[in-house]
Amino acid sequence: MKKVFERPKSLKPAVFHYCPGCGHSIIHRLVAEVIDELGIQERCIGVPPAGCAVLAYNYFDVDMGEAPHGRATAVATGIKRVLPDRVVFTYQGDGDIAAIGTAETVHAANRGERITAIFVNNAVYGMTGGQMAPTTITGQATTTSPGGRVPLRDGYPVDLSQMLQTAAGAAYIERCAVTNPKNINHAKKAIRKAFQVQLDDLGFSMVEILSPCPTNWKMSSVDASKWVDEEMTKFFPLKVIRDVT
Amino acid sequence: MRGSHVVGEAAIRAGCRYYFGYPITPQNELPEYMATQFAAMPDATFVQAESELASINMVIGASMAGGRVMTSSSSPGISLKQEGISYLAAMELPGVIVNMMRGGPGLGNIAPSQSDYFQATRGGGHGDYRTLVLGPASGQELADLTRRAFELADEYLTPVMLLGDGMMGQMMEPVEFPEPIDPKSLPRKPWILDGARGRKSRLIRSLLLDPRIEEEHNWKLYRKYEAITDREQRSESYLTEDAQLVVVAYGTAARIAKGAVNRLRGNGLKVGLFRPISLWPFPFQALKSLSQWVRGFVVFEMSTGQMVEDVRLSLEGKRPTHFYGRPGGIVPSPQEVAHVLSGHYFRLDGKPGS
Repeated sequence: MKKVFERPKSLKPAVFHYCPGCGHSIIHRLVAEVIDELGIQERCIGVPPAGCAVLAYNYFDVDMGEAPHGRATAVATGIKRVLPDRVVFTYQGDGDIAAIGTAETVHAANRGERITAIFVNNAVYGMTGGQMAPTTITGQATTTSPGGRVPLRDGYPVDLSQMLQTAAGAAYIERCAVTNPKNINHAKKAIRKAFQVQLDDLGFSMVEILSPCPTNWKMSSVDASKWVDEEMTKFFPLKVIRDVT
Repeated sequence: MRGSHVVGEAAIRAGCRYYFGYPITPQNELPEYMATQFAAMPDATFVQAESELASINMVIGASMAGGRVMTSSSSPGISLKQEGISYLAAMELPGVIVNMMRGGPGLGNIAPSQSDYFQATRGGGHGDYRTLVLGPASGQELADLTRRAFELADEYLTPVMLLGDGMMGQMMEPVEFPEPIDPKSLPRKPWILDGARGRKSRLIRSLLLDPRIEEEHNWKLYRKYEAITDREQRSESYLTEDAQLVVVAYGTAARIAKGAVNRLRGNGLKVGLFRPISLWPFPFQALKSLSQWVRGFVVFEMSTGQMVEDVRLSLEGKRPTHFYGRPGGIVPSPQEVAHVLSGHYFRLDGKPGS
């Protein structure tokens, strides 16, 4: 019998700890499939973040070096500068990349570091229990914005990808979502392109992926995906944000 | 050669090919030297990061990837680097950090100071760890201890700090450098992240969620720090064989104290100098052995008194231990220190110098 579907080589045979309906499991798989397809498993080095996905190193079967909260693109810079012929990627949540790590991200992009950032945006702090994130959308209730995010008090949602649109060193930035098969397929193409940009030595690349967090949003998995498509994309429209390839 | 340039040249000769930093006075001559020299070296990388935080995290990445790597800063900048230093210690990554201290706390000033001793020797960042700290006191020692810092970092897989001050960075002295090391000739590190080609994938992390594993890791680090404490205590004793009173000082303060000791010896006073070279581990064994005959100690620091605690711990209350300090960036003269020492000398119990 012909095998038509199997675990990517770049994923360890481990059971994901992520909550049901969380996008991380899907995004992990997409990244691993891309690593396999590009044949770069043996020269790939991943930098897992703090937050829900810190345990990414239990799943990706590539060399992994943990970064302090928010500093992944700086750690990745150090690795890449020592080993320019390796493929280095960070895997970061919105709290990591768009709050505490904003400076590191902006400057890595602006320097045109030859690294790829996978930016998982679920509009909330996941691991710490559902507090407001920089990407929490206006009106969205979290444990630290219980009545909903009020811009006058809490500021506006941060659109990091759009901010990086002007970063001269960034070669490719696209925002995707993993809410339905069509979006998932498209997200994989974007991830693949982001890695290819690095392989072609063109500059910094980043894929932002809108990802459901049913647990902290207190929704069913189906409703969470629907909420991404209907509410989150109003603030974070799916599109290519910068492409100078 | 200028002190900061000595550190840079010694680092390059030690095989350092990666420097990440952020400018802060009074140590800018060091990153400038690295940028200039590295520009002509195809195998070397200099990155001026956007912050001290970014630069120490670039050090983490470069160290993971197996590079001999250095960063440098001065007091307020080192405070920002402490997060990364804690992670380096936790992940057992080698790296050299230079701190040319200035007056503090806060923004303080840019004058030479020694007020970061606690921060340097007690860990500084969070968690159960120690940083190996070396305190050079001359141009030659800047060269020698920079080389040694890289060796110690690789041997013990731990961050090593070179603790100088603004004056030392600016001081011009003749220096003899050791032969340069080709980084390619250094032993291969079996733990680095360079892509899992033909081997299992590797992981370098500090998150140990299971408290039993975290405890085990902390005991492992503790045993390493014990071994460092046993093996790496370094100090210099100057005119201590017959001394009644010994001044304990490190770095720039030790240079001044030596001048004071020479003056007092000229007047027939039996005074000596004990100079810790390794600040952590503190050379408590050598200092304690002096207390067999030395009747009193004076600790002189360019701070309000930090190392004095280590001196008192070493002497275990066996001898009177006084403190003299000038905080805030004031560098006292040898005359001033000699005056203080002679005061204590003539107050020693009984008749001194007999």
